[in-house]
Amino acid sequence: MNKLIRLLPLIVCLALGGVLYQGLFLNPQELPSALVGKKLPDFELSTLKNAGETVNAGDLKGKVKLLNVWATWCPSCRYEHPYLLEIAKSDRVAVFGLNYKDERGPANQWLQQLGDPYVFSIFDQQGTLGLDLGVYGAPETFVIDGEGVIRKRFAGVIDARVWQSEFLPLIEQIEAEQQGS
Amino acid sequence: MLTLFKNSKVLFSVFMLLGAFLLGSAQASPVDTYEFRDEVTEKRYQELTKELRCPKCQNQNLIDSNSPIAADLRRQVYNLLHEGKSDMEIMNYMVDRYGEFVLYRPKVNNTTYILWFGPAILLLLGVGVIIYILRRKPQVKEKQALSAEQQDKLKQILKD
Repeated sequence: MNKLIRLLPLIVCLALGGVLYQGLFLNPQELPSALVGKKLPDFELSTLKNAGETVNAGDLKGKVKLLNVWATWCPSCRYEHPYLLEIAKSDRVAVFGLNYKDERGPANQWLQQLGDPYVFSIFDQQGTLGLDLGVYGAPETFVIDGEGVIRKRFAGVIDARVWQSEFLPLIEQIEAEQQGS
Repeated sequence: MLTLFKNSKVLFSVFMLLGAFLLGSAQASPVDTYEFRDEVTEKRYQELTKELRCPKCQNQNLIDSNSPIAADLRRQVYNLLHEGKSDMEIMNYMVDRYGEFVLYRPKVNNTTYILWFGPAILLLLGVGVIIYILRRKPQVKEKQALSAEQQDKLKQILKD
């Protein structure tokens, strides 16, 4: 018993060390979204291409959808763009854009120059939908299922590795759910 | 002696300089030119933006941060205040969008019990350990006391 008490500080120290060591590999930027499991908030905004055309949450059609938050002021978005084009080409998911706090002119120019992966882009100049979605930067990507429920929020750049590990398993799961029902 | 005096003078001015920097950073919060309808609303705005954390720059509250998202959230707090929302409603509004993360004082629930009560439990444990050690000490001392035989020997040695 006495020996155990003597060893106790060592054990506590090791346990604390283990916890702190694990902390080194956590990403503090990775915030859990408050919206996972909730419906996409409703909105009434114009599309990027046409100021006269308004869209709402119901216009995002498709069994599995991505809503990608982007802007011309965001350098990482440019880096992410080619991969989004690839995702859109594969036709497995419908990719929608949320042009976040941007100018219409440069944003349209960007899509003309680099290609347009989006079914359409919502033009959110004031960032109102961004606020309702809890967006705090760009790029961010939401996965939305056929019922319009947000299943995942990913903050950061999507590349092949991220797509394989973070997105594909969830997309397969959603597809399986929809076949089951 | 003179050099020592000089050194302490240098030290003093270094401290003064440091102090000036600290003061400067405390006052260098971004200034929004909001007009409040009364002083109470202004006070509530100040309190709320101090309590809410900026989601992008994670170690700053809304009032200290000059990132665009913090400015947006400050404006939203301002708007909600003038819509007549209560402090609680505004907090919930932010939590619904950005998660519990935005609260500098998280709510007490399953995941935060250890955060709220951990320090108190550790303190109690520490007090317990101290009491245990203090109570045990006299016993150790008794054992160390010399026996009668040893006392005699000691006396003899001291006599010589």
